[in-house]
Amino acid sequence: MSALIETRALTRLDERRQVPLLQPIDFTLHAGDRVSITGASGSGKSVFLRALALLDAPTSGQILWNNQPIGNTQIPHYRSHISYLSQRPALLDGSVEDNLRFPFSLKTLRKRSFDLAAVTTLLGHAGKAPDFLAKRAGDLSGGESQVVSLIRTLQLNPEVLLLDEPTAALDPTSSREVEALIDAWFAGDPARACIWVSHDLDQARRMSDIHLQMSAGVLSGVPQP
Amino acid sequence: MNYQNLTALDMGIAASLILINGALSLLLRLGLGRQLLWAAVRTVVQLLAIGYLLGWVFEFAYWYVVLPLMCAMTLIAGLSAAGRGRRTYRGQRVDSILSVWGSSWLVTAVGLFAVIRIHPWYEPQYAIPILGMILGNTLTGVSLGIERMTQELTSGRNTIEMILALGGSRWEAAQEAIRQAVRAGMIPTLNQMTVVGIVSLPGMMTGQVLAGESPEDAVRYQIVIMFLIAASSALGTVGAVLLTYRRLFSSSHRFLRDRLQER
Repeated sequence: MSALIETRALTRLDERRQVPLLQPIDFTLHAGDRVSITGASGSGKSVFLRALALLDAPTSGQILWNNQPIGNTQIPHYRSHISYLSQRPALLDGSVEDNLRFPFSLKTLRKRSFDLAAVTTLLGHAGKAPDFLAKRAGDLSGGESQVVSLIRTLQLNPEVLLLDEPTAALDPTSSREVEALIDAWFAGDPARACIWVSHDLDQARRMSDIHLQMSAGVLSGVPQP
Repeated sequence: MNYQNLTALDMGIAASLILINGALSLLLRLGLGRQLLWAAVRTVVQLLAIGYLLGWVFEFAYWYVVLPLMCAMTLIAGLSAAGRGRRTYRGQRVDSILSVWGSSWLVTAVGLFAVIRIHPWYEPQYAIPILGMILGNTLTGVSLGIERMTQELTSGRNTIEMILALGGSRWEAAQEAIRQAVRAGMIPTLNQMTVVGIVSLPGMMTGQVLAGESPEDAVRYQIVIMFLIAASSALGTVGAVLLTYRRLFSSSHRFLRDRLQER
């Protein structure tokens, strides 16, 4: 399968304390890969994932998308295809539906439109009835918020999901709903790929077939090309 | 109408009123005693100093005397606008001075050249108090704007990164914070404009009336000044907020949250 994202000697330094957060990382994510990265908190898992999402600038090294470097003007476009999901879901005021419609107000996604049928299907995967759409975002539990946040991303049909411990703060039921949503997304297209950062080894084994470890900024277990 | 001059004794009586504040501070254990004393001393010293300085400048009404004074006033206003707020970032001082300077001088120029049309333009009796009033209000707008902006960016960090992660541009991600910050900076001026004349009689107008000017003429000046103030503080606030935005969001659509520091 072809390389979707590739990092070359990617490093990141904590600018204020001059502490290395990531040691040079060469990593390739191919279409169809289901990767998990486990490691202690503070080991650099999230730092790596945020770098891949282009949310933080690397100190040195390169990130390629479909074998091409990514120009500044392309970044929003990249992020709408390579979707990062944070551990803390951020919802806007308003209903669940308002939140799901929000991405289509952004310039990058303006040409696309909200698809109620697709969203209803996604809600079904998470075991939610359509009347869930009318709920106020402020009334949702942490698990429900994460489900909304995930559906908001999945409805855009991303190529790659970068999941930053999406279930770390959730109860078992909500965790299963999140996992079910992601399995269904994978089933939709064999080219889709995912990196799942987790400190839960069982979940990592269950949800991925390439297991990597991060320790003090060193990514190990990288499969040789 | 006669004009009542104030003696040192008169000022002493007024100054003794600060004792009320002092008594309150002691009674309620506010711990403001030292600050009160310091504030009172500064009020007296700064005003006496500016009184002498202005007296001197009015005698030597040359542009090379007035212009440096105006520059110094602007610089101090810019610096004090930067000195407030809980959070800061590298370059905040420059942003604050730039936005105070640009907005207040532009609007003062409109006031002096287009509205009041005095000759020469640097006539200190006009140029200095008008710039001073504009600066005082602009600095409030600028400091509130920057403070609110940094606060919104800190508390709204998750939302900002969510918008960026979905494919939003840096502008789309910062929009809400920018809107809130500009509002916060403009509200004091708007409040002032809605109650002026009803709840408060502005200082300049009061001064003109005390000096024997007819209230109608004093009001005309006040109306002009209110609009100059409103324009300058709006421009200054928007400028400061946009400069903050440029510092904290990179052209690669990243939110540089590490640049924000607690003071």
